[in-house]
Amino acid sequence: MNAAQFSSSSARDDLRTEPRLIRFLIIAIAVIFLTVFVVLPLVVVFAQAFSKGVGAYFTALSDPEALSAIRLTLMVAAISVGLNLVFGLVAAWAIAKFDFRGKTFLISLIDLPFSVSPVISGLVFVLLFGAQGFWGPWLQSHNVHVLFAVPGIALATIFVTFPFVARALIPLMQEQGTQEEEAAISLGASGLQTFFRVTLPNIKWGVLYGVLLCNARAMGEFGAVSVVSGHIRGETNTMPLLVEILYNEYQFVSSFAIASLLAMLALITLVVKTILERHLDEG
Amino acid sequence: MAIEVKNIVKKFGAFAALDGVDLKVANGELLALLGPSGSGKTTLLRIIAGLDWPDAGEVSFDGENALARGAGERQVGFVFQHYALFRHMTVFENVAFGLRVQPRAVRKNEASIRARVKELLDLVQLDWLSNRYPSQLSGGQRQRIALARALAIEPRILLLDEPFGALDAKVRKELRQWLRSLHSEIHVTSIFVTHDQEEALEVANRVVVMDKGRIEQIGTPGEVYDHPATAFVHGFIGESIVLAVDISDGRVRLGGKTLDIAADGAPPGASKLFVRRHDMQIGPAGSGALEGEVRRVRSFGPIQRAEIALAAGECATVIEIDAPRDRELQTGDIIGLQPRRYRIFAAQD
Repeated sequence: MNAAQFSSSSARDDLRTEPRLIRFLIIAIAVIFLTVFVVLPLVVVFAQAFSKGVGAYFTALSDPEALSAIRLTLMVAAISVGLNLVFGLVAAWAIAKFDFRGKTFLISLIDLPFSVSPVISGLVFVLLFGAQGFWGPWLQSHNVHVLFAVPGIALATIFVTFPFVARALIPLMQEQGTQEEEAAISLGASGLQTFFRVTLPNIKWGVLYGVLLCNARAMGEFGAVSVVSGHIRGETNTMPLLVEILYNEYQFVSSFAIASLLAMLALITLVVKTILERHLDEG
Repeated sequence: MAIEVKNIVKKFGAFAALDGVDLKVANGELLALLGPSGSGKTTLLRIIAGLDWPDAGEVSFDGENALARGAGERQVGFVFQHYALFRHMTVFENVAFGLRVQPRAVRKNEASIRARVKELLDLVQLDWLSNRYPSQLSGGQRQRIALARALAIEPRILLLDEPFGALDAKVRKELRQWLRSLHSEIHVTSIFVTHDQEEALEVANRVVVMDKGRIEQIGTPGEVYDHPATAFVHGFIGESIVLAVDISDGRVRLGGKTLDIAADGAPPGASKLFVRRHDMQIGPAGSGALEGEVRRVRSFGPIQRAEIALAAGECATVIEIDAPRDRELQTGDIIGLQPRRYRIFAAQD
């Protein structure tokens, strides 16, 4: 009796899941695919970077051009993350907490940079600020340099990265609704007190999540920045641009050394992202 | 604090949530706003709280214009249906919130804030939960914390939006009695919104029955139950039998047959006869104004509930009545029915 029960239950087990061979095949395909397309390239980046030894690696990184690119990238990332944080908070607040005409349109507008090729995004700024552009002549006559300078690079990066914070916050804030804010207001809190004591603590993990992704993209952006940068060595080259230039000049160690920094940024982002997602799930 | 609401109108697009509402609430009253969903009761509560603004009309507290003040300046305690506790704060900090956000000039020092919060947590009997987070509490506990938080600012008025709506039946009953006794203890003017008639009748001193943005009747629980002012109130409060009748020459006709009951001065025309289920007197066949056949009987507690198919002319309706168990009914019995008490209202549609 018992034996019969056991055998019938194990038979049911087999029916409920795929045969072992198929399970093995599916897992193997996934692992091989990931190895070839994700792990291998990462390994190659680091292998190439250290191919002439640790000394060459650090020499490459301490090159003035490399240092200037790192500095520029950090600065552009700081500017665009800072501004997009403010913009994202405001946009998400408006969309989640108020009803107004054109709300759906605003939501689609926020997504625009995701659907436009980065090269086009860069070109838009050339058309606006270039010598033959819309505001170009006026800017030139006032001696303001936007294109082929830091402002242009920052503008292009802001454009490309502005959906991240807003996108991370809109669903979160919509789900949380306005009741806690209403409770705070009726208890006598001012608008600012309500924001800093109630709204912000409730969305802090979402904010960090958006900032993290925004930062990763800001530092890694190539297309849009490439169009507006002008590639002035030691001045307007960000890290991704310098990687390409060095690679084209057959300076593989230098090129991959800088690439390895970007790869490390990606890995750190991945780890922090996983931690943040856990906090977001817990609410 | 006495509240006076005058001719309030509030529209959401084309929909009139409130369509000319007048209401006076006396100091220390415990008032229920009762109505089906969409009747405007929550909107009225939110307007009194300052969380919504009327399109027209006046709201005054003790004769002073309340609409000139924002929600935070009205000193109104508001308890939300879904509690709206601050999820990232402990129970203690939730209750302390209203005290901590006060302007520096009037803010109490830390020690007296702590003492006040402790006092409030004792009042709602949840002192032992002060370090927990809202997500760790049961629904009933959350609601009591929400109430303690609202009381922290020493509100002049307490407003509760469906306070027990999200709780299960047993907790709900307990909290009802608890709210009653709390009110007799602190005596702050209170208004609560509910769609549960039993809750309104059991807890409130006075009940305001609302429908479609208008007040249908204001009265004590006894008044609205025993003397409903409109057909809506009769149908909404208590279980009623409704029969479509016709009034002509001072007589009541049901499906062509004249009933042996007085029209009580009801105007002629299509009307509705309302009888409470327990106000139908049962007698032998031919003894009452109505006659019918027993279709089904369920007995529980002191009553038996019977489905009866009326045999009144062409009007073949099945009604449900509640009868005492002194005379057991059987399926198939033909019985006479006489409305002991009834009301006739003109048919609206």
